[in-house]
Amino acid sequence: MSEKPKVAWYWCASCGGCEESFVDLAERLLKVFEAVDIVFCPVAMDFKREDVEKLPDGSITVALINGGIRLKEHEEMVKLLRKKSKIVIAYGACSAWGGIPGLANLYNLDEALERKYLEVPTIENPKEVLPTKKIIVNIPEAKMKAELELPEPLPVLLPLDKVIDVDYYIPGCPPTPDVFWNALQALLSGNLPPKGAIVGASNRSLCDECSLNETKPEKVLVKEFKRPDKAKPEPNKCLLAQGFLCMGPVTRGGCTALCIKGNMPCTGCFGLLDGIVDYGGKAISYFGSILDYSPVEDKEIKKAFDSIPDWVGTIYKYSLASAKLSHKAGAKKPKRIKEVVEI
Amino acid sequence: MSETKGEFEPKIVVYACNWCTYAATDLAGTSRMSYPPNVRIIRVMCSGRIDPQFVLQAFADGADGVIVAGCHPPADCHYIEGNYKAYRRFELFRKLLETMGIEQERFRLEWISAAEASRWVQVVNEMVTQVKKLGPLKPNLEVRE
Repeated sequence: MSEKPKVAWYWCASCGGCEESFVDLAERLLKVFEAVDIVFCPVAMDFKREDVEKLPDGSITVALINGGIRLKEHEEMVKLLRKKSKIVIAYGACSAWGGIPGLANLYNLDEALERKYLEVPTIENPKEVLPTKKIIVNIPEAKMKAELELPEPLPVLLPLDKVIDVDYYIPGCPPTPDVFWNALQALLSGNLPPKGAIVGASNRSLCDECSLNETKPEKVLVKEFKRPDKAKPEPNKCLLAQGFLCMGPVTRGGCTALCIKGNMPCTGCFGLLDGIVDYGGKAISYFGSILDYSPVEDKEIKKAFDSIPDWVGTIYKYSLASAKLSHKAGAKKPKRIKEVVEI
Repeated sequence: MSETKGEFEPKIVVYACNWCTYAATDLAGTSRMSYPPNVRIIRVMCSGRIDPQFVLQAFADGADGVIVAGCHPPADCHYIEGNYKAYRRFELFRKLLETMGIEQERFRLEWISAAEASRWVQVVNEMVTQVKKLGPLKPNLEVRE
């Protein structure tokens, strides 16, 4: 074996976009392969769990883990990778703060399963089959029974750092190739940042690098909130000043304001800045302060807030699972998942 | 607060503005008014300084109820419009509480001037009774074994 640093790459509750960002390194990918050995990468390579188990503890230099922790399987795998790795990196918004799958924490697991398997208009499930931990399938032709097992879901989705110790975070949904490249260089240089640091991104808010920042007034004040599906943004004018809920001021920079270049407001995938403990709390603070009405105009204030139907989905789009209130109060242990079903 | 004799004693965190509500709590003390000992008062310079993050932190750390209190609008605020900001922020904050399944009665935004010691005592009494009825808050219920 060579002396190159070993890298493991694992996915949990993830959409595959993070892997895509790896491929998007394009020619730079060749340099990555020159510099490191990939020892585990279920998305592209045929290494199994046993192969990781056989490695000595601490022998993997860096484990990159994307996706939130939704299943017992994820929990077991990340604990195994933590044991085998020197550095664990939460890669992407889901791993760092729960991401979009974390919004399922607004529902009990039972409600989520019922919605997914019974209620969604596109589903046809007359026998009301729901996932089961174990299914015993009778195969009369072969006169045998086969057992199939599914990993059990956790009652809520958890960000990686609520399950294992995380050394660094690479933000984004997904991280842009440049952010990933910056982070890789910082890590490969051996000049490691302090533990818990967010690598590859900026330390300032997105507005700082946004091309529309010049058009942002010194004091943003708006009379109404707009949504990009209902109103068309004027080009070349700060989206916040127009009343769009752009998360730029409370979001970490580093993406070079890509969405805003496409005339879409920032949704906050680079997450919170240093010194902020709750992303949505800070966003409420910001959006509350720019609405230009006094408490006497109570009706106008209510009207403006009511015009946005899903505030939690807006202000916690990527960070609900790591928020101070990380799931709906009263989340119960699921009842709809049966232990064994025989068919 | 210890739960002696089985009765639930709620923890209530109060963020009080320096110029109005904190002065009212002082006045209540010097006037020898009595109110339940369930409140912990944190003095801040202005209700406009109270970031919703503080309230979220209080709930996450075990507060059963939170009161944010400042000067009466429209003209009492020492900083002219800090209370306006507080009002708008916490109007929005209530939507978050609703979605996250936390009872609205656990959070209260009040205007209490430096002269209104009796109002302060009334607010605390009402809040403690309300939260006692609701029982303890377990927002981050341990759902994992």
